[in-house]
Amino acid sequence: MTARRAFAPNWQGRAALAALALYCVYAAAQLDVSGERLLVGFGEGARFLARMWPPNFERWDTLVEGMVESIQIAVLSSAAGIVLSLPLGLMAARNLSPWWISGPTRGFVAVCRSLHYVIVAILFVKAVGFGALAGIAALTVASMGFVAKLFAEAIEEISMKQVEAVRATGAGPFAVLLYGVLPQVASRFVGFSIYQLDSNLRNSTLVGIVGAGGIGGTLFAAFKRFDYDFVAAILLTIIALIFLAEIVSARVRKALQ
Amino acid sequence: MSAALEREWTRFTPGQRIARWLVWLAVVASCVWAVRTIEVIPEFLLDAPEQMADLLVRMWPPDLAHYRMGVHDALVETLHIATLGTVLSFAMAVPLAFLAARNVCGVAALNWLANLCLVASRSVNALVWALLFVAVFGPGAVAGVLAIAFRSVGFVGKLLAEAIEETPRGPMEAMEAVGAPWGHRMLKGLWPQIQPAFWGIALFRWDINVRESAVLGLVGAGGIGVALDDAINFFQWDKVATILLAILVVVILAEIVVTRVRRRLI
Repeated sequence: MTARRAFAPNWQGRAALAALALYCVYAAAQLDVSGERLLVGFGEGARFLARMWPPNFERWDTLVEGMVESIQIAVLSSAAGIVLSLPLGLMAARNLSPWWISGPTRGFVAVCRSLHYVIVAILFVKAVGFGALAGIAALTVASMGFVAKLFAEAIEEISMKQVEAVRATGAGPFAVLLYGVLPQVASRFVGFSIYQLDSNLRNSTLVGIVGAGGIGGTLFAAFKRFDYDFVAAILLTIIALIFLAEIVSARVRKALQ
Repeated sequence: MSAALEREWTRFTPGQRIARWLVWLAVVASCVWAVRTIEVIPEFLLDAPEQMADLLVRMWPPDLAHYRMGVHDALVETLHIATLGTVLSFAMAVPLAFLAARNVCGVAALNWLANLCLVASRSVNALVWALLFVAVFGPGAVAGVLAIAFRSVGFVGKLLAEAIEETPRGPMEAMEAVGAPWGHRMLKGLWPQIQPAFWGIALFRWDINVRESAVLGLVGAGGIGVALDDAINFFQWDKVATILLAILVVVILAEIVVTRVRRRLI
């Protein structure tokens, strides 16, 4: 009997790593990434940063206007997305709905999640015109994709005993949902909702790049005008807002537990 | 005695009830405020169903012949951007994660500095990183790769640092006791413990990056977004439909691949 060697080399793993390294070289060549170009670029980067400094807050009224619109987009899209996710999540849960309801609902939610919100925003800009409405619609779709999926998963994990007990008392389907299902998932649903509000706040600062309202439009316009010190001001404001939102949402989630 | 028996049981104390009502009030008030002050043009809203139908009619049927001419290469470029970006982000995130993990790096100032870098990377969106890198490197896939990498560093670094901090000290201490140098301790004491988390994070982030890299082209950072932007600017909605379908298929395939590989690795 031969003793098993400690720390036996994992040839399969090494081969996979070598393949990955080869692929990286190949892909870098395909994309025209070269050291020379990177060096030139980093030189440009220094000039670029120099032009961004100091941030220019002179046009703060435009900045505040854009930020407020972004916050409005975030609030409304979260509210709409969360309200719509509630029935969608119930319909997509395989332990509550028959397969011919849960299957198509799951497909719909998966499509909502697969398309990036900026792409959805482009389509809504065409459909409802430039402005905040397109942003709200796009982020609502994204929120549905995320919250409904997690909500459905949470429902699938509930204990069916309570549901059966409520049903055994002769409760109708609505009462079963209200007293048997929702109390088991309510706290997690609130958690997903807060997370989604947080992430909508981030994303709402961006949909403006394709014309769907909010600070993103201002940011993109400033970039196109090479107004880099104003860009720096906008970016700093966005980062500050996101920080604030992250702290608040972490606090709220801790208080809920 | 009877008073105690007739006591009415309630789930929340009055203070808790007031707090709950205040939270609801704040939620409703913020929605009302947003609805009343947001600028929405009513004509656009009324017009929306008609415009949406028009959009769908123009998109149908998708111009599938366009796939081989303009979409395929861009799609492959998108996948290259996502993969290279992920690899590059790991190259930057691993050292930062080691510096941020308090049980590996004992210097509080370095922990703090590494965490600052990670947070800064996370709080700027991939599209904004792409805008910055397009301004620096010019339009093209290089800007896309760097945008993906810089955006992912924060995410990957944070999760890796958490994984490192959660490892039990036993194996590391045992190796230290037999006199193993730092590199060996890391490679044979720490690495086997964080390996599942490492591959999990890598696959998860790659999946996200495939989605994100599809839109980078909108600001000129290469990939299929460029083709999408061109088609939209020329109002070639049947080509847009083809591109959207291609993106959808790739994103769903990536998700399936990730689930499969994860099941095999972990």
